[in-house]
Formats: sequence, C-alpha cells, structure tokens
Amino acid sequence: MPIHDQGYRRYGGTRAAVGRAWQVIAGAGIRSIIGKRAFIALMLFAWAPFLVRAVQIYVSANFQQAAFLAPKGETFREFLGQQGVFVFFVTIWIGAGLVANDRRANALQLYLSKPLTAAEYIAGKMAILFLFLAFVTWAPAMGLLLVQAIFAGSFAFIRNNAYLLPAITLFSLAQVLLASSTMLALSSLSKSSRFVGIMYAGLMFFTAALFQALRGITGSSSFAWLSPGDALEQLGDVIFRLEPRYDLSPAIAALAVVVLIVGSGVILARRVKGVEIVT
Amino acid sequence: MLEMVHDASLPAAASAPPVADPVVQCDQLSVRYGKNWALRDVTAVFQPGAVGLLGPNGAGKSTLIKTLLGFVTPDKGTMRVLGLDVAAAPLEIRARVGYMPESDAHIPGMNAVSFVAYCGQLSGLPPADAMQRAHEVLYYVGLGEARYRNLETYSTGMKQRIKLAQAIVHDPDLLFLDEPTNGMDPKGRDEMLELIRDLAHNKNVNLILSSHLLPDVEYTCDHVVVVDKGTVATSGPIQALKGPRGRVYELRIKGDQAGFIDVLRHAGFDCHDTDEDVIRVFVPGTPMAPGPGPQMARTGSIVAHDPDPGARMLFQLAARERVQVRHLRPSVPTLEDVFARAVGEA
Repeated sequence: MPIHDQGYRRYGGTRAAVGRAWQVIAGAGIRSIIGKRAFIALMLFAWAPFLVRAVQIYVSANFQQAAFLAPKGETFREFLGQQGVFVFFVTIWIGAGLVANDRRANALQLYLSKPLTAAEYIAGKMAILFLFLAFVTWAPAMGLLLVQAIFAGSFAFIRNNAYLLPAITLFSLAQVLLASSTMLALSSLSKSSRFVGIMYAGLMFFTAALFQALRGITGSSSFAWLSPGDALEQLGDVIFRLEPRYDLSPAIAALAVVVLIVGSGVILARRVKGVEIVT
Repeated sequence: MLEMVHDASLPAAASAPPVADPVVQCDQLSVRYGKNWALRDVTAVFQPGAVGLLGPNGAGKSTLIKTLLGFVTPDKGTMRVLGLDVAAAPLEIRARVGYMPESDAHIPGMNAVSFVAYCGQLSGLPPADAMQRAHEVLYYVGLGEARYRNLETYSTGMKQRIKLAQAIVHDPDLLFLDEPTNGMDPKGRDEMLELIRDLAHNKNVNLILSSHLLPDVEYTCDHVVVVDKGTVATSGPIQALKGPRGRVYELRIKGDQAGFIDVLRHAGFDCHDTDEDVIRVFVPGTPMAPGPGPQMARTGSIVAHDPDPGARMLFQLAARERVQVRHLRPSVPTLEDVFARAVGEA
C-alpha cells in the first residue's frame, strides 16, 4: 500500500504472535538512548578503565620489568568493583525515567491496552537498562580476558583461571540485576525521573552510611547486608574466590541481594497497571 | 444493536432481536473500589456497530471500558469481547481492540509518526507495515502535516486526534472511545465526530463511545446504553428509545384553552396543558425525525416548505372551533429526553 494514499483502510497483513512486544519496547528504548551524544560520551568514558587495564596487560606481557603488573583473578574482581561507579551513573541516567516518564505521560494505559502483559512491559524496560549495564561491566571484563589471551599469545591464563568466565558472568549479572530491578521499582513509584534519581542515590548512600555508622559503633561489619552495595561486594569476593571483606555470611549477603531483587519485582507488579485505583 | 432493554417502560421496539454476534457481552458484572460499587450487576449485550455509553460523571462508564480491557478485575460476573472471555484471553482481545483513553496519554520523547508506528508494532504489526499505517492514519485523523512534531508540543485537540490514531493504527475490530471530544473546540469536535461516524458507518469498525455529551452520542451512534450509579438504566436503539412514532407539538392559543383541550381529546389526541399556557399535543403517526417544522406567522398562516399533516390537523381543528393559534412548534424527542427519563431527572 503506498504511503500517499491518505484514507483509512482495513489491514490485511501479518501480525506478530503475542509475547514479543517486550522486544519492541526494548528496541525503541535502546534506539532513543543511543541517539543521545552525552550518553555515548558517558559510555566511552566507562570504557576508559578497560583501556588502562589493557595497557597494563600489554606492558606486563611484553616487558619483563613489568611482570609484576601481570593480571590475576583479583584483577578482574577489582576491575568490576571499579566499574560500579559507572553502573551507578548509567543506572540513574537511563533507569530513572524508564517507568516514571511513562507514568507522567499516562502511557501505561496505552501500553497495557495493547496485547502485552505488565511482565512483558517490565521485561522490555529492564532489557534496556540491562543491556547498557552489561555493556559497562560484563563486556569490558570479558574483553580484558580476550586482550590478555591476545597479548600473551596463549590461552594458558584463561585455562589456569577457568573459574573467571563464570565468575565474571555471575558477578556482572548480580550487579546488573540488582541495579536494574531496584531502579525500575523506584521509577515506578514516582512520575518525576529527577526524584527517582535522587531516591536511588539516597538509597545507596544512606544504606552505606548506615552500615558504616553501625560498623563504627559495634566494631563489627556484620551489618553489611543493610547496604546493597556492600552486600554485593561481599558476594563478589566469594564469587571470585577471594577473602571476604566483611564479617558477614555469604549466604546472608546473597539473601539480601535476592530479597531486594524480589522486593523490586513485587513493587513493579503492584505499580505497573493500566489503571490507578485510589480508594 | 443492544439486545436487551432494561427499562420496562420503554417501547417494545427497543428489544428487537440481534442481527449479528454481539461484540461485547456482560453478565452480572460488578466492580468495587474499596467500599464503593463502581458497577453493580451490569448485564448488557452490545451488537456490532456504534454504541454510545452514556451516563453522568461517575456513573461507571470508564470503569466498564477498563474492565472490558482487563485493567480492572471484576468482583463478580463474566464478560466476553468479540466472542472471547476477558478473564481467559485478555491478550487476544487486546490485539483486536483499540482504546482511546479519556485522559491525556502519550509516550514521551516521540514524534507523532514514531508514536503511532510504535503503537502499531506493540499491537503486532511488522515495523514496515506499522510505519506505513502510521502515515495513513495520521492523514486520516488530520495530523498529516504535523506528524513529525514532538507530541509534547501538540494542542489538546491534536492530542485527542493522536490518541484516536494510535487506537486505529492496527485496524481493530472494536474501538473503545472514552470521552473522545474532551477539551476540543467546536470545529475540532465536529471533525472528531465526523471521524467517529465515518469509522462506524463507512469503515465497518465497531465502536463503543463513552460520553456524557448526548449530542455526540446521538450524532455518531445508532444504539445506546445509559449507565447511572453503576447500573444500566436503559439501553436499546436510540430511535426506539425516543418513543413511539409521532410528534409532540407545543401549542398556544387565544381563547378558551380548557375547551380546546377537550376538543383535542375528543379528536383522539393525547394532550395536556403546562404552567406556561402551552398545550402539549401528541399527534401519533407523524414522522418524528428532526427537520424544519411548520413555521407560523402571527396571522396564523403556515409558511412550510414540507407539509406537516399533524400541524394541519391541529390548524383545522382550531379553525373549526374558531380558536386563534398564536404558537405552534413541533417538539422532537431527543436523546436528552431518553437520558433524563432513564436517570430519573425528567
């Protein structure tokens, strides 16, 4: 049918099966974010540590005097820990408006009047954040492993540290899931993306401050589960087979992370609705 | 179109048998918000075509639509839309219906054509088809020249049109329109009503138009459901609900009013006087379609381009009784009369 025909006519073409709308939401969201130059600059900046580490690996592989810079399993753990800063900023930049802007524009009723469920809507929105967060955590960490193999000219390091592949994947997944689900839940609570950003920053800083205050008072770091960031760090140490930094059972740290993710899911299930009922 | 007539006082013609499978069926539907019943035992059958959902603010019109869309879970009752159970197949239903919400709604950061194409894709259209239809429907609703403008710069009237465009981009079998003329200027409102009428009568799109504006419903729809306080007050074809075939005349005479009323009654007309010295006379059998009625000068002569048998009979009676007619005007029953009668405001 030509576009120049300006009348309304019945549609006789194909229709996609129900259940794929989340891909449409994710695709549209990703395209709209990629179109922002400032965000591209942030993403490039987020890859700066990768470049530094790549140079470190290159130097250690090619210069005997710099052998002490050779990467270890701990290097990748440190790298992902450093990327936490970018996870924080990317989460706020992208995530704050994901649901809040739709709520401000009453778009939820439009979305949910289409053949898609609230779960698909959430999946689509989460996929946007998930992708960009994975791009600043999992992708550069895996890239570093590859760079190491290329500069060393062998896969010996990877073979000897085979646990790094699942460790990087698991810890990145925990980082990304925690950040994206928490942010999405907060985003569903307000119609203002700025307020959501402040809430997220407040949650992270306040819980960290609370933990440090309790640590200072009690002299014990067993309250690390109160701070999502610190619980995640504790979990990271365990995943990378390092000495845990806090006096906290890894199971409790994992439970704290899981509870936050599940709690976020519950909030989202309650808030993402086609109609807001005030009784 | 509506199979059931709930008001027993309404004429039998309103309960005409259905002509096709109903597009919407509600059976004992009840919805409660907290302690308040928004809908209470609503039972109605909507046949294909254009059906107006009339009612005062807070009557439950929007709740009914949102319940049919699956946004609200009913406390009791069953619903079928396009033959599918709302509780069992909500996604299949939503793939075949379009919804134009009452409140301002858009997806932020998009221009009109991206927004409408996006809605098409969400409804299952392939990207190329969605974009093509987005252009088509934007021209159809009158936004062709503004289709690359950001939605946030649109006026209220344009936002109403874009909501209609997103609702029809995937070519739904059934359209839910919730107060589609809200906030529009008179010209925009007329154009919107033309679009709705065209969709229903020329494009064969079934639609349910929720409105508290009687003229909007009367112009676009053939059938109506009147909702009041969460219940169906009445429903049926608009023409049938307006009353039996015939015409009511407002008559003012100079002379013995009581005597002339007796004469009229003897002649078989149903009539009564009002507080303002006006006699209301029902003349059966005359067409009740709106149109130019008999115009009368003070001399009593009719200047009518279309003979009106009812008026002529009244004039003949007046001439026979030597009563001077000072005023004669046909009073055409409107949907407003039906509405007022149904919600008890008559």
